[in-house]
Amino acid sequence: MKNDIDIEITVPNHTRYLSLIGRIGENMAQELSSFTGDRDALGHHLNAVLTEALVNAIKHANGTDSDKKVRIQIHVSNGEMMIRVFDSGKGFDLGSIADSGCPDPLNEQGRGIYIIRSLMDSVEYRRAKGGNVLEMKKALG
Amino acid sequence: MNIKTETQGKVRILTVHEERLDAHNSEALKTEMLRLFEGGVLNVLVDLKEVRFIDSSGLGVLVSGFKNASTRQGTLKLCSLQSQVKSMFELTRLHRVFDIFLTVDEALDSY
Repeated sequence: MKNDIDIEITVPNHTRYLSLIGRIGENMAQELSSFTGDRDALGHHLNAVLTEALVNAIKHANGTDSDKKVRIQIHVSNGEMMIRVFDSGKGFDLGSIADSGCPDPLNEQGRGIYIIRSLMDSVEYRRAKGGNVLEMKKALG
Repeated sequence: MNIKTETQGKVRILTVHEERLDAHNSEALKTEMLRLFEGGVLNVLVDLKEVRFIDSSGLGVLVSGFKNASTRQGTLKLCSLQSQVKSMFELTRLHRVFDIFLTVDEALDSY
């Protein structure tokens, strides 16, 4: 399709790249030609989702192994955005992270997947070649 | 992480001079808050006016500081949240946990 967008970027398994990837999400929100909603809010949400997904891959799936990489794909087509974050580690069990709403406010951890689930329409985590992929969809209504 | 510390009366103000408070840099804030509480400081105010983005790790560090303060009968208060930062507090319901003020002066008046 004429207005489809495909972005793929691979970064070392390090949190210093969070800002770079988050900014890509923010900038994308300003460029989506068919989106008519609040671009600043969408940009912030994409920044948050990409940041949380990348942290999950770096710390939980790849176990902060500096030899590993994280690959991010962003695909926009037919009014829908698909974000895939590929890790190359042993992964984590998304099902074990209870989908029971907002975590206890006094917990110091455990908000990342909740934030992703809150800001995207669907979230799946499954095995992929050489690792796992966190797959997140959002309708751009 | 670039953090400026100053004292106003009985309150220690930590101003975070970063655009992001995230998994890459937030441990430094956690360490600094813990150092203050362990050193006997009771009242800490974190000024977030320059922070445009916060992630779950940044939120977790502030919760850690809040708990450290409460354990010592101290306080951890926040001020000057930008709109996107405020929205993350609301999404995670942490706005019900923290005392959050619009400005440093308003926060200082609360002590």
